[in-house]
Amino acid sequence: MPSLKALKNRIGSVKNTRKITKAMQMVAAAKLRRAQEAAVAGRPYAERMNAVMASLAAGVGASESAPKLLAGNGRDQVHLLVVMTAERGLCGGFNSSIVKLARARATELTAQGKTVKILTVGKKGREQLKRDWAQAFTSHVDLTEVKRIGYANAQSIAREVLAAFEAGEADVVTIFYNRFQSVIAQIPTMQQIIPAKFEGGSAEALYDYEPSEEAILADLLPRSVATQIFTALLENGASEQGARMSAMDNATRNAGDMINKLTIQYNRSRQAAITKELIEIISGAEAL
Amino acid sequence: MAGNLQFDLVSPERRLASVQASEVQIPGAAGDLTAMEGHAATITTLRPGILRAISAEGTKSYVVTGGFAEISAAGVSVLAERAVPLEELTGPLMDQLIADASEATAVAVDKDVADKAMSDLLAMKAAAGF
Repeated sequence: MPSLKALKNRIGSVKNTRKITKAMQMVAAAKLRRAQEAAVAGRPYAERMNAVMASLAAGVGASESAPKLLAGNGRDQVHLLVVMTAERGLCGGFNSSIVKLARARATELTAQGKTVKILTVGKKGREQLKRDWAQAFTSHVDLTEVKRIGYANAQSIAREVLAAFEAGEADVVTIFYNRFQSVIAQIPTMQQIIPAKFEGGSAEALYDYEPSEEAILADLLPRSVATQIFTALLENGASEQGARMSAMDNATRNAGDMINKLTIQYNRSRQAAITKELIEIISGAEAL
Repeated sequence: MAGNLQFDLVSPERRLASVQASEVQIPGAAGDLTAMEGHAATITTLRPGILRAISAEGTKSYVVTGGFAEISAAGVSVLAERAVPLEELTGPLMDQLIADASEATAVAVDKDVADKAMSDLLAMKAAAGF
């Protein structure tokens, strides 16, 4: 049985923890709103881009002259996995769920005899993957200093990925991130970006192309890679804040429960001490 | 009186404009073009230049650095890599655009394309009055 003093200290410390988690939750909520706005603002561009790419790809995709970014370079030996995680922890299962998916994919590919390379975005994923996959790391993108994710960040990642593809160091590129569904649900997602896959392409819309269909496609494919990475970064940003918010909400609630439990224990011990003293006095008086 | 068409200008980060315009002047890669109601469906890439949307409220100008424009029966949507309203364009921002472009030129595989983008950018700088 801990002493009254110890219990009191314990309650004090849990109260402090609750204050911190409560504050973190509120900060995450504010950031989440901003991140969500950014994700929503980025959507029209990504959607249009996808629609145009899909119709272009449907037109050109089948021909032999299709750009490599679309058709692939004919091999699928080296897989580059771009694992996007957060720079900070304390956000529940956010980082682990992405890493888990990436790890499963990497294991699967290795079992098939493929070469796996990993590019990590965000410190947490790198830390978690270091134990098993350190030899597969190619490079790391650090976004610690970035307050607000901009298109330029996505472009620099895209440049790196494209350079690896051009140099033949990677044949297939896949990104891993958490798709934001709601504050309590983020879906770990695996998306292949090179060779590009576009959904729902139909060649029904007849356009004039200026300069040529192929030239436009060649110009747009690298942009589309950057756009997909940008979308993933934004989704990830919103997911991270959502995950942190719900994790911190849980922590705050748990701290509250703990305080209640400890307070009851404290009150009982105090009452027990009083009762004990009374009994001592009474039995002392009776003994006279 | 020519009819109106829907004009959307979006950059990866936000939607800059979504208005009814009577004509849109687009700096296409193969030359400028003006889209009005009933223009043939076209997709064109952009070169760095000034995009103008003329509507009942007047003319809005934007500086774009690249991307593409889709002209269809539904309207014109311009997907610009970077777009800034002309009145918000300042000297330092212009310098930054040029610095970014020269950085891209340094690493570009296709020198001709990068050089063209650079000269377009400088021409745009002159046209914007800097």
